[in-house]
Amino acid sequence: MLLRDIWTVFWRDWVVLRRRLKKFIFSRMVAPMLYMIAFGWGLGRSIQVTDGSYLDFLVPGILALNSMNISFNSVTPVHSERIYHKSLEEYIIAPVVPEAFVIGKVLAAVLRGMISSAIILLLAAGFGAQLHLTPLFLLVVAVNCIIFSEIGFFAAMTISTYEEMGQVNTYVLLPMSFLCGTFFSVHALPELLRYFIQLLPLTHTSYLLRGLAMSQPVALESFGVLLLYAAVFFIMARWAYLRLTK
Amino acid sequence: MIRVEKLTKEFVRKGGDGRIVRKLAVDDLSLEIKKGEIFGLLGPNGAGKTTTIRMLTMQTEKTDGKIWYDGMALEENAREIKALIGVVPQHINFDNDLTVGCNMELHGRLHHLAGAERQKRIAELLRYIELEDTVNMSPRQLSGGMKRRLLIARALIHRPKILFMDEPTVALDPQVRRRIWDLIQEMADRGVTVLLTTHYIEEAENLCHRVAIINKGRLVDIDTPESFCRRMGKIAVEWHENGVRQYRFFDTRAQGAEFAATLEAAHIRRSNLEDVFIELTGRREGL
Repeated sequence: MLLRDIWTVFWRDWVVLRRRLKKFIFSRMVAPMLYMIAFGWGLGRSIQVTDGSYLDFLVPGILALNSMNISFNSVTPVHSERIYHKSLEEYIIAPVVPEAFVIGKVLAAVLRGMISSAIILLLAAGFGAQLHLTPLFLLVVAVNCIIFSEIGFFAAMTISTYEEMGQVNTYVLLPMSFLCGTFFSVHALPELLRYFIQLLPLTHTSYLLRGLAMSQPVALESFGVLLLYAAVFFIMARWAYLRLTK
Repeated sequence: MIRVEKLTKEFVRKGGDGRIVRKLAVDDLSLEIKKGEIFGLLGPNGAGKTTTIRMLTMQTEKTDGKIWYDGMALEENAREIKALIGVVPQHINFDNDLTVGCNMELHGRLHHLAGAERQKRIAELLRYIELEDTVNMSPRQLSGGMKRRLLIARALIHRPKILFMDEPTVALDPQVRRRIWDLIQEMADRGVTVLLTTHYIEEAENLCHRVAIINKGRLVDIDTPESFCRRMGKIAVEWHENGVRQYRFFDTRAQGAEFAATLEAAHIRRSNLEDVFIELTGRREGL
Protein backbone atom coordinates (compact mmCIF):
# COMPACT_ATOMS: atom_id res chain seq x y z
CA MET A 1 0.00 0.00 0.00
CA LEU A 2 2.86 2.38 0.86
CA LEU A 3 4.51 1.80 -2.54
CA ARG A 4 1.20 2.33 -4.33
CA ASP A 5 0.65 5.64 -2.51
CA ILE A 6 4.21 6.76 -3.22
CA TRP A 7 3.63 5.97 -6.90
CA THR A 8 0.39 8.02 -6.88
CA VAL A 9 2.13 11.07 -5.44
CA PHE A 10 5.04 10.62 -7.86
CA TRP A 11 2.60 10.01 -10.77
CA ARG A 12 1.09 13.48 -10.30
CA ASP A 13 4.47 15.17 -10.64
CA TRP A 14 5.48 12.88 -13.49
CA VAL A 15 2.33 13.86 -15.47
CA VAL A 16 3.24 17.53 -15.02
CA LEU A 17 6.91 16.99 -15.92
CA ARG A 18 6.11 14.83 -18.98
CA ARG A 19 3.98 17.61 -20.41
CA ARG A 20 6.78 20.16 -19.93
CA LEU A 21 9.77 17.89 -20.51
CA LYS A 22 11.21 19.74 -23.54
CA LYS A 23 10.94 23.11 -21.81
CA PHE A 24 12.44 21.61 -18.67
CA ILE A 25 15.42 20.15 -20.54
CA PHE A 26 16.17 23.33 -22.49
CA SER A 27 15.84 25.59 -19.45
CA ARG A 28 18.16 23.32 -17.45
CA MET A 29 20.89 23.64 -20.09
CA VAL A 30 21.29 27.41 -19.78
CA ALA A 31 22.94 27.86 -16.35
CA PRO A 32 25.44 24.95 -16.60
CA MET A 33 26.40 25.99 -20.14
CA LEU A 34 27.12 29.53 -18.90
CA TYR A 35 29.15 28.18 -15.96
CA MET A 36 31.21 26.03 -18.30
CA ILE A 37 31.80 28.84 -20.78
CA ALA A 38 32.59 31.45 -18.15
CA PHE A 39 34.52 29.40 -15.62
CA GLY A 40 35.69 26.51 -17.82
CA TRP A 41 36.73 28.25 -21.02
CA GLY A 42 37.03 31.84 -19.84
CA LEU A 43 38.52 32.02 -16.35
CA GLY A 44 39.51 28.36 -16.43
CA ARG A 45 42.28 28.81 -19.02
CA SER A 46 44.28 30.85 -16.52
CA ILE A 47 43.65 28.54 -13.53
CA GLN A 48 46.05 25.69 -12.76
CA VAL A 49 44.85 22.63 -10.84
CA THR A 50 46.96 19.69 -9.65
CA ASP A 51 45.28 16.96 -11.74
CA GLY A 52 43.58 17.51 -15.11
CA SER A 53 42.05 20.70 -16.41
CA TYR A 54 40.03 23.27 -14.44
CA LEU A 55 36.98 22.05 -16.39
CA ASP A 56 37.49 18.54 -14.95
CA PHE A 57 37.72 20.15 -11.52
CA LEU A 58 34.69 22.37 -12.15
CA VAL A 59 32.11 19.92 -13.53
CA PRO A 60 31.64 17.90 -10.29
CA GLY A 61 31.11 21.19 -8.46
CA ILE A 62 28.54 22.34 -11.02
CA LEU A 63 26.82 18.95 -10.73
CA ALA A 64 26.66 19.30 -6.96
CA LEU A 65 25.26 22.83 -6.96
CA ASN A 66 22.91 22.21 -9.86
CA SER A 67 21.42 19.03 -8.38
CA MET A 68 20.99 20.97 -5.12
CA ASN A 69 19.16 23.85 -6.81
CA ILE A 70 16.98 21.73 -9.08
CA SER A 71 15.85 19.29 -6.42
CA PHE A 72 15.16 22.09 -3.91
CA ASN A 73 13.20 24.19 -6.40
CA SER A 74 11.33 21.19 -7.85
CA VAL A 75 9.60 20.52 -4.57
CA THR A 76 8.89 24.10 -3.53
CA PRO A 77 5.69 24.45 -5.64
CA VAL A 78 4.15 22.39 -2.81
CA HIS A 79 4.24 25.73 -0.98
CA SER A 80 1.63 27.26 -3.29
CA GLU A 81 -0.33 23.97 -3.29
CA ARG A 82 -0.50 24.38 0.48
CA ILE A 83 -1.03 28.12 0.88
CA TYR A 84 -2.74 29.38 -2.28
CA HIS A 85 -4.38 26.55 -4.25
CA LYS A 86 -5.02 24.41 -1.16
CA SER A 87 -4.80 21.35 -3.40
CA LEU A 88 -2.72 19.66 -0.70
CA GLU A 89 -5.96 19.04 1.18
CA GLU A 90 -6.71 16.29 -1.35
CA TYR A 91 -3.82 14.28 0.07
CA ILE A 92 -4.68 15.04 3.70
CA ILE A 93 -8.24 13.74 3.39
CA ALA A 94 -7.17 10.66 1.42
CA PRO A 95 -6.21 7.36 3.09
CA VAL A 96 -2.54 7.97 2.32
CA VAL A 97 0.19 7.77 4.97
CA PRO A 98 2.33 10.91 5.45
CA GLU A 99 5.52 9.02 4.54
CA ALA A 100 4.08 8.21 1.10
CA PHE A 101 3.44 11.87 0.39
CA VAL A 102 6.92 12.95 1.49
CA ILE A 103 8.71 10.14 -0.37
CA GLY A 104 6.61 10.61 -3.54
CA LYS A 105 7.37 14.33 -3.68
CA VAL A 106 11.07 13.78 -2.92
CA LEU A 107 11.39 11.10 -5.61
CA ALA A 108 9.77 13.38 -8.18
CA ALA A 109 12.29 16.10 -7.29
CA VAL A 110 15.13 13.56 -7.45
CA LEU A 111 14.02 12.60 -10.97
CA ARG A 112 14.23 16.25 -12.05
CA GLY A 113 17.60 16.59 -10.36
CA MET A 114 18.93 13.48 -12.10
CA ILE A 115 17.63 14.55 -15.55
CA SER A 116 19.29 17.89 -15.03
CA SER A 117 22.54 16.19 -13.93
CA ALA A 118 22.50 13.98 -17.02
CA ILE A 119 22.22 17.14 -19.16
CA ILE A 120 25.29 18.60 -17.42
CA LEU A 121 27.31 15.42 -17.94
CA LEU A 122 26.44 15.46 -21.66
CA LEU A 123 27.34 19.14 -21.94
CA ALA A 124 30.58 18.57 -20.01
CA ALA A 125 31.54 15.77 -22.39
CA GLY A 126 30.85 18.18 -25.26
CA PHE A 127 33.17 20.74 -23.65
CA GLY A 128 35.86 18.08 -23.37
CA ALA A 129 35.78 17.30 -19.67
CA GLN A 130 37.30 13.94 -18.65
CA LEU A 131 35.22 12.38 -15.87
CA HIS A 132 35.26 8.88 -14.46
CA LEU A 133 31.65 7.94 -13.83
CA THR A 134 30.85 5.09 -11.42
CA PRO A 135 27.61 3.84 -9.81
CA LEU A 136 28.76 5.44 -6.54
CA PHE A 137 29.19 8.78 -8.36
CA LEU A 138 25.54 8.63 -9.53
CA LEU A 139 24.40 7.49 -6.08
CA VAL A 140 26.07 10.54 -4.50
CA VAL A 141 24.23 12.82 -6.96
CA ALA A 142 20.94 11.07 -6.09
CA VAL A 143 21.52 11.37 -2.33
CA ASN A 144 22.36 15.05 -2.79
CA CYS A 145 19.02 15.48 -4.61
CA ILE A 146 17.23 13.65 -1.79
CA ILE A 147 18.74 15.91 0.88
CA PHE A 148 17.87 19.18 -0.86
CA SER A 149 14.40 18.10 -1.94
CA GLU A 150 13.70 17.22 1.70
CA ILE A 151 14.97 20.66 2.76
CA GLY A 152 12.76 22.21 0.04
CA PHE A 153 9.79 20.17 1.27
CA PHE A 154 10.39 21.24 4.87
CA ALA A 155 10.64 24.89 3.82
CA ALA A 156 7.48 24.64 1.68
CA MET A 157 5.54 23.15 4.59
CA THR A 158 6.66 25.61 7.23
CA ILE A 159 7.16 28.96 5.48
CA SER A 160 4.11 31.17 5.01
CA THR A 161 4.95 33.58 2.17
CA TYR A 162 6.52 33.51 -1.29
CA GLU A 163 8.96 36.18 -0.19
CA GLU A 164 10.30 34.02 2.64
CA MET A 165 10.67 31.09 0.25
CA GLY A 166 12.86 33.33 -1.90
CA GLN A 167 14.93 34.16 1.17
CA VAL A 168 15.82 30.49 1.63
CA ASN A 169 17.37 30.63 -1.84
CA THR A 170 19.23 33.83 -1.03
CA TYR A 171 20.50 33.00 2.44
CA VAL A 172 20.97 29.22 2.24
CA LEU A 173 21.37 27.93 -1.31
CA LEU A 174 23.26 30.83 -2.88
CA PRO A 175 26.11 30.94 -0.31
CA MET A 176 26.40 27.15 -0.43
CA SER A 177 26.52 27.26 -4.25
CA PHE A 178 29.74 29.28 -4.10
CA LEU A 179 31.43 28.21 -0.87
CA CYS A 180 31.00 24.44 -0.59
CA GLY A 181 33.92 23.39 -2.75
CA THR A 182 32.07 23.88 -6.01
CA PHE A 183 34.27 26.38 -7.86
CA PHE A 184 37.37 26.19 -5.65
CA SER A 185 38.74 24.01 -2.90
CA VAL A 186 37.47 24.76 0.64
CA HIS A 187 41.13 24.79 1.73
CA ALA A 188 41.32 28.27 0.24
CA LEU A 189 38.89 29.54 2.90
CA PRO A 190 39.91 31.06 6.28
CA GLU A 191 40.13 28.34 8.92
CA LEU A 192 37.08 29.27 11.00
CA LEU A 193 34.83 29.56 7.96
CA ARG A 194 36.26 26.34 6.54
CA TYR A 195 35.28 24.34 9.66
CA PHE A 196 31.72 25.57 9.31
CA ILE A 197 31.58 24.97 5.54
CA GLN A 198 32.90 21.45 5.98
CA LEU A 199 29.86 20.61 8.07
CA LEU A 200 27.47 21.38 5.21
CA PRO A 201 26.11 18.58 3.00
CA LEU A 202 27.04 20.24 -0.31
CA THR A 203 30.71 20.29 0.72
CA HIS A 204 30.63 16.52 1.17
CA THR A 205 28.86 16.09 -2.18
CA SER A 206 31.41 18.26 -4.01
CA TYR A 207 34.29 16.44 -2.33
CA LEU A 208 32.91 12.98 -3.17
CA LEU A 209 31.92 13.81 -6.77
CA ARG A 210 35.27 15.42 -7.50
CA GLY A 211 37.26 12.57 -5.97
CA LEU A 212 35.23 9.89 -7.76
CA ALA A 213 35.26 11.74 -11.11
CA MET A 214 39.03 12.11 -10.95
CA SER A 215 39.52 8.47 -9.79
CA GLN A 216 41.05 9.63 -6.51
CA PRO A 217 40.52 7.80 -3.20
CA VAL A 218 37.66 9.31 -1.19
CA ALA A 219 36.71 9.05 2.47
CA LEU A 220 33.44 7.15 2.59
CA GLU A 221 32.64 8.89 5.88
CA SER A 222 31.44 11.76 3.70
CA PHE A 223 28.86 9.44 2.12
CA GLY A 224 27.80 8.42 5.62
CA VAL A 225 27.37 12.11 6.50
CA LEU A 226 25.15 12.58 3.43
CA LEU A 227 23.00 9.59 4.40
CA LEU A 228 22.69 10.99 7.92
CA TYR A 229 21.58 14.36 6.53
CA ALA A 230 19.04 12.56 4.30
CA ALA A 231 17.61 10.68 7.29
CA VAL A 232 17.41 13.78 9.52
CA PHE A 233 15.75 15.92 6.85
CA PHE A 234 13.27 13.12 6.06
CA ILE A 235 12.17 13.13 9.70
CA MET A 236 11.87 16.92 9.60
CA ALA A 237 9.89 16.84 6.32
CA ARG A 238 7.49 14.23 7.72
CA TRP A 239 7.05 16.26 10.90
CA ALA A 240 6.32 19.41 8.87
CA TYR A 241 3.65 17.56 6.84
CA LEU A 242 1.98 16.17 9.95
CA ARG A 243 2.02 19.63 11.49
CA LEU A 244 -0.43 20.86 8.83
CA THR A 245 -3.39 19.34 10.69
CA LYS A 246 -2.43 20.83 14.06
CA MET B 1 -23.55 6.91 11.41
CA ILE B 2 -21.58 9.81 12.94
CA ARG B 3 -21.47 10.51 16.66
CA VAL B 4 -19.72 13.57 18.03
CA GLU B 5 -19.24 14.03 21.75
CA LYS B 6 -18.00 17.20 23.43
CA LEU B 7 -15.98 18.22 20.37
CA THR B 8 -13.77 21.22 21.09
CA LYS B 9 -11.21 23.16 19.09
CA GLU B 10 -9.07 25.89 20.51
CA PHE B 11 -6.68 27.71 18.20
CA VAL B 12 -3.56 29.03 19.86
CA ARG B 13 -1.62 31.64 17.88
CA LYS B 14 0.95 34.30 18.48
CA GLY B 15 -0.60 37.75 18.19
CA GLY B 16 1.00 40.78 16.53
CA ASP B 17 2.36 41.95 19.89
CA GLY B 18 3.99 38.56 20.52
CA ARG B 19 1.44 37.49 23.10
CA ILE B 20 -0.34 34.13 22.88
CA VAL B 21 -3.91 34.48 21.59
CA ARG B 22 -6.42 31.68 22.26
CA LYS B 23 -9.64 31.34 20.26
CA LEU B 24 -12.29 28.77 21.02
CA ALA B 25 -13.68 27.95 17.56
CA VAL B 26 -15.80 24.94 18.57
CA ASP B 27 -16.97 24.52 22.12
CA ASP B 28 -18.27 21.26 23.58
CA LEU B 29 -20.26 20.26 20.47
CA SER B 30 -22.23 17.00 20.67
CA LEU B 31 -24.48 15.65 17.92
CA GLU B 32 -25.48 12.52 16.05
CA ILE B 33 -26.07 12.17 12.33
CA LYS B 34 -28.17 9.28 11.08
CA LYS B 35 -27.49 7.11 8.05
CA GLY B 36 -28.94 8.50 4.80
CA GLU B 37 -29.73 11.84 6.37
CA ILE B 38 -29.01 15.28 4.90
CA PHE B 39 -27.84 17.13 7.97
CA GLY B 40 -27.25 20.87 7.93
CA LEU B 41 -24.88 22.88 10.09
CA LEU B 42 -26.26 26.37 10.08
CA GLY B 43 -24.60 29.35 11.65
CA PRO B 44 -23.42 32.90 11.04
CA ASN B 45 -19.92 33.59 9.70
CA GLY B 46 -17.27 32.45 12.18
CA ALA B 47 -19.70 30.17 14.04
CA GLY B 48 -17.34 27.18 13.77
CA LYS B 49 -19.01 25.29 10.88
CA THR B 50 -15.89 24.87 8.76
CA THR B 51 -13.71 24.01 11.77
CA THR B 52 -16.22 21.31 12.73
CA ILE B 53 -16.10 19.81 9.22
CA ARG B 54 -12.31 20.00 9.19
CA MET B 55 -12.12 18.08 12.46
CA LEU B 56 -14.61 15.48 11.25
CA THR B 57 -12.58 14.99 8.05
CA MET B 58 -9.21 14.91 9.85
CA GLN B 59 -7.90 18.09 8.23
CA THR B 60 -7.61 19.74 11.63
CA GLU B 61 -6.84 18.01 14.91
CA LYS B 62 -9.42 18.42 17.64
CA THR B 63 -8.43 19.82 21.00
CA ASP B 64 -10.86 17.61 22.89
CA GLY B 65 -13.85 15.35 22.44
CA LYS B 66 -14.65 12.13 20.61
CA ILE B 67 -15.81 11.27 17.09
CA TRP B 68 -17.15 7.89 15.97
CA TYR B 69 -18.08 6.72 12.47
CA ASP B 70 -20.27 3.61 12.45
CA GLY B 71 -18.98 2.87 15.95
CA MET B 72 -15.32 3.29 14.90
CA ALA B 73 -13.33 5.84 16.90
CA LEU B 74 -11.64 8.41 14.66
CA GLU B 75 -8.14 8.19 16.13
CA GLU B 76 -7.80 4.42 15.89
CA ASN B 77 -9.40 4.02 12.46
CA ALA B 78 -8.29 7.07 10.50
CA ARG B 79 -7.49 5.26 7.23
CA GLU B 80 -10.70 3.19 7.23
CA ILE B 81 -12.76 6.29 7.95
CA LYS B 82 -11.00 8.32 5.25
CA ALA B 83 -12.07 5.64 2.76
CA LEU B 84 -15.69 6.12 3.89
CA ILE B 85 -15.88 9.88 3.48
CA GLY B 86 -15.88 12.37 0.64
CA VAL B 87 -15.20 16.07 1.07
CA VAL B 88 -16.43 18.99 -1.02
CA PRO B 89 -14.44 21.97 0.25
CA GLN B 90 -15.67 25.53 0.44
CA HIS B 91 -12.84 26.81 -1.78
CA ILE B 92 -12.04 25.55 -5.26
CA ASN B 93 -8.91 23.47 -4.69
CA PHE B 94 -8.15 21.77 -7.99
CA ASP B 95 -4.60 21.10 -9.04
CA ASN B 96 -4.31 23.62 -11.87
CA ASP B 97 -1.25 21.87 -13.33
CA LEU B 98 -3.46 18.88 -14.14
CA THR B 99 -6.39 18.58 -16.53
CA VAL B 100 -9.92 17.95 -15.30
CA GLY B 101 -9.49 14.23 -16.12
CA CYS B 102 -6.14 14.01 -14.31
CA ASN B 103 -7.59 15.77 -11.25
CA MET B 104 -10.28 13.11 -11.13
CA GLU B 105 -7.72 10.38 -11.75
CA LEU B 106 -5.47 11.63 -8.94
CA HIS B 107 -8.39 11.46 -6.52
CA GLY B 108 -9.26 7.95 -7.71
CA ARG B 109 -5.65 6.81 -7.29
CA LEU B 110 -5.41 8.39 -3.83
CA HIS B 111 -8.47 6.33 -2.87
CA HIS B 112 -6.98 3.14 -4.34
CA LEU B 113 -9.44 2.60 -7.18
CA ALA B 114 -8.13 0.08 -9.71
CA GLY B 115 -7.33 1.34 -13.23
CA ALA B 116 -10.33 0.11 -15.25
CA GLU B 117 -12.85 0.88 -12.53
CA ARG B 118 -11.28 4.32 -12.06
CA GLN B 119 -11.64 5.23 -15.72
CA LYS B 120 -15.21 3.94 -15.82
CA ARG B 121 -16.13 5.90 -12.71
CA ILE B 122 -14.55 9.13 -14.00
CA ALA B 123 -16.45 8.88 -17.29
CA GLU B 124 -19.67 8.06 -15.44
CA LEU B 125 -19.36 10.98 -13.03
CA LEU B 126 -18.36 13.53 -15.67
CA ARG B 127 -21.43 12.46 -17.64
CA TYR B 128 -23.55 12.72 -14.49
CA ILE B 129 -22.54 16.34 -13.94
CA GLU B 130 -22.66 17.06 -17.70
CA LEU B 131 -18.96 17.90 -17.97
CA GLU B 132 -17.77 14.99 -20.12
CA ASP B 133 -16.41 17.41 -22.73
CA THR B 134 -14.06 19.05 -20.25
CA VAL B 135 -11.88 16.01 -19.52
CA ASN B 136 -8.81 17.46 -21.28
CA MET B 137 -9.38 21.05 -20.18
CA SER B 138 -7.62 22.86 -17.34
CA PRO B 139 -9.85 23.53 -14.31
CA ARG B 140 -8.97 27.20 -14.86
CA GLN B 141 -11.08 27.17 -18.05
CA LEU B 142 -14.27 26.18 -16.22
CA SER B 143 -16.96 28.55 -14.95
CA GLY B 144 -17.68 28.85 -11.21
CA GLY B 145 -20.71 26.58 -11.45
CA MET B 146 -18.83 23.95 -13.47
CA LYS B 147 -16.02 23.95 -10.90
CA ARG B 148 -18.50 23.44 -8.06
CA ARG B 149 -20.12 20.51 -9.87
CA LEU B 150 -16.70 19.06 -10.58
CA LEU B 151 -15.75 19.34 -6.88
CA ILE B 152 -18.82 17.24 -6.05
CA ALA B 153 -18.03 14.67 -8.76
CA ARG B 154 -14.43 14.41 -7.58
CA ALA B 155 -15.55 13.76 -4.01
CA LEU B 156 -17.82 10.94 -5.24
CA ILE B 157 -15.24 8.95 -7.23
CA HIS B 158 -14.55 6.42 -4.48
CA ARG B 159 -18.28 6.03 -3.67
CA PRO B 160 -18.15 7.56 -0.17
CA LYS B 161 -20.87 6.64 2.29
CA ILE B 162 -20.69 10.07 3.91
CA LEU B 163 -20.26 13.32 2.06
CA PHE B 164 -19.14 16.54 3.74
CA MET B 165 -20.03 19.69 1.85
CA ASP B 166 -18.74 22.99 3.12
CA GLU B 167 -20.85 25.82 1.68
CA PRO B 168 -21.37 23.91 -1.59
CA THR B 169 -23.26 26.70 -3.36
CA VAL B 170 -21.42 29.76 -2.09
CA ALA B 171 -21.26 32.61 -4.66
CA LEU B 172 -23.30 30.75 -7.29
CA ASP B 173 -26.24 32.10 -9.25
CA PRO B 174 -29.72 30.71 -8.42
CA GLN B 175 -29.91 28.37 -11.44
CA VAL B 176 -26.60 26.66 -10.65
CA ARG B 177 -27.48 26.57 -6.96
CA ARG B 178 -30.68 24.69 -7.71
CA ARG B 179 -28.83 22.26 -10.00
CA ILE B 180 -26.47 21.50 -7.13
CA TRP B 181 -29.37 21.04 -4.75
CA ASP B 182 -30.74 18.44 -7.18
CA LEU B 183 -27.36 16.67 -7.18
CA ILE B 184 -27.28 16.61 -3.36
CA GLN B 185 -30.84 15.29 -3.22
CA GLU B 186 -30.02 12.57 -5.76
CA MET B 187 -27.03 11.48 -3.71
CA ALA B 188 -29.12 11.26 -0.56
CA ASP B 189 -31.70 9.23 -2.50
CA ARG B 190 -28.89 6.80 -3.32
CA GLY B 191 -28.17 6.34 0.40
CA VAL B 192 -25.27 8.75 0.90
CA THR B 193 -25.29 10.56 4.25
CA VAL B 194 -24.68 14.27 3.65
CA LEU B 195 -23.42 16.81 6.16
CA LEU B 196 -23.49 20.29 4.73
CA THR B 197 -22.68 23.66 6.14
CA THR B 198 -24.39 26.69 4.76
CA HIS B 199 -25.41 30.16 5.65
CA TYR B 200 -28.10 30.15 2.96
CA ILE B 201 -31.20 29.50 5.02
CA GLU B 202 -33.32 28.42 2.07
CA GLU B 203 -30.69 25.84 1.20
CA ALA B 204 -31.01 24.21 4.61
CA GLU B 205 -34.78 24.53 4.49
CA ASN B 206 -35.02 22.90 1.06
CA LEU B 207 -32.51 20.12 1.53
CA CYS B 208 -31.94 19.17 5.14
CA HIS B 209 -33.82 16.55 7.07
CA ARG B 210 -32.37 18.01 10.27
CA VAL B 211 -30.50 21.17 11.06
CA ALA B 212 -28.09 22.05 13.87
CA ILE B 213 -27.84 25.76 14.55
CA ILE B 214 -24.46 26.72 15.95
CA ASN B 215 -23.27 30.08 17.12
CA LYS B 216 -19.89 31.12 18.52
CA GLY B 217 -18.77 27.49 18.40
CA ARG B 218 -21.63 26.21 20.54
CA LEU B 219 -24.63 24.13 19.55
CA VAL B 220 -27.78 26.21 19.99
CA ASP B 221 -30.40 23.66 18.92
CA ILE B 222 -31.09 20.69 16.62
CA ASP B 223 -34.37 19.84 14.93
CA THR B 224 -36.12 19.41 11.60
CA PRO B 225 -36.83 22.69 9.76
CA GLU B 226 -40.60 22.08 10.09
CA SER B 227 -40.36 21.36 13.79
CA PHE B 228 -38.23 24.46 14.40
CA CYS B 229 -40.95 26.60 12.78
CA ARG B 230 -43.75 24.82 14.62
CA ARG B 231 -42.03 25.31 17.96
CA MET B 232 -41.56 28.99 17.33
CA GLY B 233 -45.02 29.55 15.86
CA LYS B 234 -46.12 28.75 12.32
CA ILE B 235 -47.30 32.27 11.57
CA ALA B 236 -45.08 35.34 11.61
CA VAL B 237 -46.35 38.91 11.89
CA GLU B 238 -43.81 41.40 10.67
CA TRP B 239 -43.99 45.18 11.06
CA HIS B 240 -41.75 48.24 11.31
CA GLU B 241 -41.41 50.29 14.46
CA ASN B 242 -39.18 53.37 14.50
CA GLY B 243 -37.47 52.08 11.35
CA VAL B 244 -36.66 48.72 12.92
CA ARG B 245 -38.19 45.48 11.62
CA GLN B 246 -40.14 43.64 14.34
CA TYR B 247 -41.55 40.09 14.43
CA ARG B 248 -43.96 38.09 16.53
CA PHE B 249 -44.87 34.49 16.08
CA PHE B 250 -48.27 32.79 16.51
CA ASP B 251 -49.58 29.25 16.33
CA THR B 252 -52.53 30.11 14.08
CA ARG B 253 -53.23 32.63 11.34
CA ALA B 254 -56.30 33.87 13.32
CA GLN B 255 -54.09 34.75 16.30
CA GLY B 256 -51.64 36.50 13.97
CA ALA B 257 -54.42 38.44 12.25
CA GLU B 258 -55.90 39.50 15.59
CA PHE B 259 -52.53 40.89 16.65
CA ALA B 260 -51.88 42.52 13.23
CA ALA B 261 -55.19 44.37 13.54
CA THR B 262 -53.74 46.29 16.50
CA LEU B 263 -50.91 47.62 14.30
CA GLU B 264 -50.94 50.37 11.69
CA ALA B 265 -49.41 48.16 9.00
CA ALA B 266 -48.20 44.58 9.23
CA HIS B 267 -47.36 41.62 7.04
CA ILE B 268 -48.64 38.17 7.93
CA ARG B 269 -46.78 35.16 6.52
CA ARG B 270 -45.65 31.62 7.33
CA SER B 271 -42.61 31.54 9.58
CA ASN B 272 -39.46 30.03 8.11
CA LEU B 273 -36.04 28.76 9.11
CA GLU B 274 -34.59 32.23 8.70
CA ASP B 275 -36.86 33.46 11.50
CA VAL B 276 -35.69 30.56 13.67
CA PHE B 277 -32.08 31.27 12.82
CA ILE B 278 -32.36 34.94 13.69
CA GLU B 279 -34.25 34.24 16.90
CA LEU B 280 -31.72 31.65 18.02
CA THR B 281 -28.51 33.39 17.01
CA GLY B 282 -29.55 36.91 17.97
CA ARG B 283 -30.93 39.68 15.79
CA ARG B 284 -27.82 41.80 15.93
CA GLU B 285 -25.42 38.95 15.16
CA GLY B 286 -23.13 39.70 12.24
CA LEU B 287 -23.71 43.47 12.37
